[in-house]
Amino acid sequence: MKDHREIIALAQQLTGAMGVAGHEDQAAQAAMELLRPLGEPRISPVGSVICTVCPGLPGKPHVMLEAHLDQVGMIVTRVEEGGFLRVAAVGGLDRRLLPSSPVTIHTESGDFGGIVASVPPHLSQGEEKPLKMEEVLVDTGFETQRARQLFAPGDYISMDGPLSVLENGRLRGRALDDRIGCAAVLMAARSLHAAEPGCRVTVVLASMEEGSGVGASTAAFDVAPDLAVAVDVSFADGFGVPAWHCGKMGGGPMIGIAPVLDRKQTDRLRQLAAREGIPFQLEAMGGRTGTDAEGIASARTGIPTVLLSIPLRNMHTPVETIHLDDVENTARLMAAFVKEAAKE
Amino acid sequence: MKTFYENLRALTQLRGVSGREELVRDAIIRMIDGHCDSWRTDATGNLIVEKKGARPAAKRLLLSAHMDEVGFLVTHVQEDGFLRFAPVGGVMPAVAAGRPVLVGDGALPGTIGVKPVHLLDGDEKERYAKLEDMLVDIGACSREEALALVSPGDPITFIGEYREMGDGCIASKAIDDRVGCALLVELIRSQLPCDCVFAFTCQEETGCLGGKTAAYGAAPEIGIAVEGTTAGDLPSAPDHKKVCALRKGPVISYKDGGTTYSHTLYRRATEAADAAGIPWQTKESICGGNESRSVQAARNGAQVLAVSLPVRYIHSAHSLAARQDMENAFRLLLELIGVLGL
Repeated sequence: MKDHREIIALAQQLTGAMGVAGHEDQAAQAAMELLRPLGEPRISPVGSVICTVCPGLPGKPHVMLEAHLDQVGMIVTRVEEGGFLRVAAVGGLDRRLLPSSPVTIHTESGDFGGIVASVPPHLSQGEEKPLKMEEVLVDTGFETQRARQLFAPGDYISMDGPLSVLENGRLRGRALDDRIGCAAVLMAARSLHAAEPGCRVTVVLASMEEGSGVGASTAAFDVAPDLAVAVDVSFADGFGVPAWHCGKMGGGPMIGIAPVLDRKQTDRLRQLAAREGIPFQLEAMGGRTGTDAEGIASARTGIPTVLLSIPLRNMHTPVETIHLDDVENTARLMAAFVKEAAKE
Repeated sequence: MKTFYENLRALTQLRGVSGREELVRDAIIRMIDGHCDSWRTDATGNLIVEKKGARPAAKRLLLSAHMDEVGFLVTHVQEDGFLRFAPVGGVMPAVAAGRPVLVGDGALPGTIGVKPVHLLDGDEKERYAKLEDMLVDIGACSREEALALVSPGDPITFIGEYREMGDGCIASKAIDDRVGCALLVELIRSQLPCDCVFAFTCQEETGCLGGKTAAYGAAPEIGIAVEGTTAGDLPSAPDHKKVCALRKGPVISYKDGGTTYSHTLYRRATEAADAAGIPWQTKESICGGNESRSVQAARNGAQVLAVSLPVRYIHSAHSLAARQDMENAFRLLLELIGVLGL
């Protein structure tokens, strides 16, 4: 097994920065720093990071490599008595995991720690039920007056979850959906920047996938590529996920097959993976992919788009878990795909 | 109180589920050695410390705090490498689902995983899985791989870093009852009004075994349990169910779910607090419990009292308590030793 130091370092930098959908500034800054050695990154009007990492030669296709920068979280809706904050979910947050979870509240005057209040057993009366979102309170530890000075509706809240390396090359942490996709894109971008295959290559790390998807669709309009690769995460095996609905941890990137994804390019991707000896799995979806692929494929007059997904456990929780080999192989396959496109 | 907070930080971060208190016990020995007249451990794993005060005590006083914390034990290693587990002490499924944990003596990182929220049907979204149906993922792909790393009986502990928060609050795992341990350590390191016995007990969370054997050994006439108790002071809770609140002082109980306390001691303690100008509160609900019931019933019986710290989100990885309550609890305990022991 490889030591995967590069992926772990990228994941550390990317997940250490906050980027709840709609407020990706910190994560965007971290991404800009990583992209600067490869080109001239810029931030789009809606918060996506865009950077051309290979200028390319005339007549060669322009390929866009995309992953989303944002993460699920919460937003403050009201400051309550006793230093508690009433909140709303941003994205598909798992309410079951909220009680007694540590969070960080991002305010105008800086970041503050918080804990999601859990209802003591003597108050829950028998069977404990997940709280409705409107019942969830975040405890700031401040008294009423100070809390009213420090916090305001619109402050964003991110879930805390340090990055840990587990046995067998697994990585666990918050926001791996989809910072780990960003890490794979950055690794592919680094190798392509060094190799200069002839294609123009532009990286897009998009905002607001967990919201409207507006970050990717507008970036695709801006970049106007000939071909796009979207990288996201998908369900991995374990914890009751049906076998027909998931990929295997360590089984390689999941190549998406769905109506919106370009069939010809997807077939090429499969053949290429087989030829290069890169492990892969297929993920067939009858309807929407639930990723940025929809927004990219429908930009301008349509952009042929393929989708690679990294299998991930505990999606939308602070303990998201992936296999490092899958990230490595996703980056390899993406880079090989661009080099192949340059031969046309 | 600088040493107190350093000790509290160190003690909360040690791993010690009921029956596996050795790391906590060793740390406490290092903190009290040289500040007491004697210390010993007993067959059940308690640490008993004797400390002389300014005068001999008229009544034999025992102050106790428990060293153990709630957590889990590995019970079974599945063919697919996932671990089944059982709770140690009272842990609700809501604070177990999706938590990062440490497994075994090697403190291997693991995760109590969940089915992704996207794949839950309506009914599944509105309930918790039972603890017995939850699994820990340590990254192993087979039973063989997992067994090379862990085995049934290994402890599983929460990860809950110690952090300062808000207006003088501390958040951490295991505040219940490392805060009691740290308060007792601070008393041992202070000048006491009279002689005292201190017990750092084991297995409180699983039935107060340590309190029982420590009380038998120390044979106190008066027992004071020092612990953390549920503060339900959330805006969503009706006033009669808030039980107690942060920043209102240590809790002196007249009765809880496990013990009816000595009414004489309760009155003397509350009067002493008032006389010394130390804020205090009582539990406004009959719930919870601690090892006082075991101390009260040991040998021919003892009068008991509990001094508790109000703690929010007790028995989870991130409980919350206020510094001012800890400092007032320390002042109150020092006062009570003089009032009740002489």
